[in-house]
Amino acid sequence: MAHDAASHESSVKRIWYVFFLLTVLTTAEVILGIIKPTFLVEHKFLALKFLNWIFIILTLVKAYFITWAFMHMEGETKGLRRAVVWTAVFLICYLMFVLLVEGDYIHEVYKAGYVKYNF
Amino acid sequence: MEATVVKTGTEGKTWGGGDHSPLKASYGKLMMWFFILSDALTFSGFLAAYGFSRYKFIDSWPVADEVFNHFPFLHGVDAPMYYVALMTFILIFSSVTMVLAVNAGHQMKKNKVIFYLFLTVIGGLIFLGSQAWEWKNFIQGTYGAVETKSGRIIQFLDTEGNRVALSDIATESTQRQAHDRSSGIWFSTDETLAAYTIDDIKQGFITKENLRIRIPKLDEKGHPIILNREQSLQTLSTDAIRVVEGANMYRNEYGTPLFANFFFFITGFHGFHVFTGVLINTIIFFNVILGTYERRGSYEMVEKVGLYWHFVDLVWVFVFTFFYLV
Repeated sequence: MAHDAASHESSVKRIWYVFFLLTVLTTAEVILGIIKPTFLVEHKFLALKFLNWIFIILTLVKAYFITWAFMHMEGETKGLRRAVVWTAVFLICYLMFVLLVEGDYIHEVYKAGYVKYNF
Repeated sequence: MEATVVKTGTEGKTWGGGDHSPLKASYGKLMMWFFILSDALTFSGFLAAYGFSRYKFIDSWPVADEVFNHFPFLHGVDAPMYYVALMTFILIFSSVTMVLAVNAGHQMKKNKVIFYLFLTVIGGLIFLGSQAWEWKNFIQGTYGAVETKSGRIIQFLDTEGNRVALSDIATESTQRQAHDRSSGIWFSTDETLAAYTIDDIKQGFITKENLRIRIPKLDEKGHPIILNREQSLQTLSTDAIRVVEGANMYRNEYGTPLFANFFFFITGFHGFHVFTGVLINTIIFFNVILGTYERRGSYEMVEKVGLYWHFVDLVWVFVFTFFYLV
């Protein structure tokens, strides 16, 4: 019983630690979003601005902490964890890849003048 | 770290789930994970469609910190994204109180569960109110803009590059009075009229030398192109056909119409999830007060509802990134 109380104590501590982390990450994102450093905005990697890479990576870090700590994914069996996470990650990556590449292609068609905007 | 199956106190009942617990999770929890995964894929479908349209209209896609720049009680102050950051913080905090409630449930501390669940419901309600306020500002608009013949939005700037509102451009308004049942016998009510006509704006623009036009095209560094004075006058006189104030499903002053459609649909769908979450949390809150889970000997229901609530928070983290930051 004494052991139980101690483990609950530490899980409460962990909850506040994760909350602190999420707050810091969100604040960092908002500050970056407001000042928009020129270097990060004007340089790209794989057709995506450096700044947007930072946002997306920080978001995935936040998603990891919410799922693992708040939704107790770390306490579930390996099978359940993989069934949920791998399925989502695989399907979402596939969908994103297909749609974003296609969207960029249509933009190029517009830009190349096959469809004219009348200004 | 491996899980142990919790006795839910529903063994042998219709929804008890039988004797087997695959993956060492109870029946209800497993079903909640099924639902969350499918709902996550639904939201990814929406966000992927948003990404598709955004890449397609990358030139005319609005800049988020020009769209969401309001803060309560700070009228006319440019506050880019402060409020949405606060909303995000509130939703994350309500997730924290939820997980604290789950934790208290494991210890069978009824009063603590009640307290934390109460805070969670309050957090959810504040978030919903904030969302409604965001929508109101979005629909009302801030600066106003002008639509061209080809359906694109052009916006007004001064020589320093600050946005200029339509009311600061037009010197007078010649807009006709809207047809209203109280001002005459009309068969149907009028469409919503803008405060100024397109000719008011054109006249005002000619008299004010410091005004420029920004068009929805990007230069090679990815910044929107600002026309010089002559080009601005030329574009406005030949191409502008309509004054646009605020946003609806057909056009908005921020940029491409699809932006508003996706904003309404995705934040609306998320808001609906928050609303449902608040509803379920409230039901569970009263069940805890009535002692339902105390009698069952397990607070696992709080944990399952908590999963849903955290999921709503998780979705918001992504919506926040793709609508407000990226």
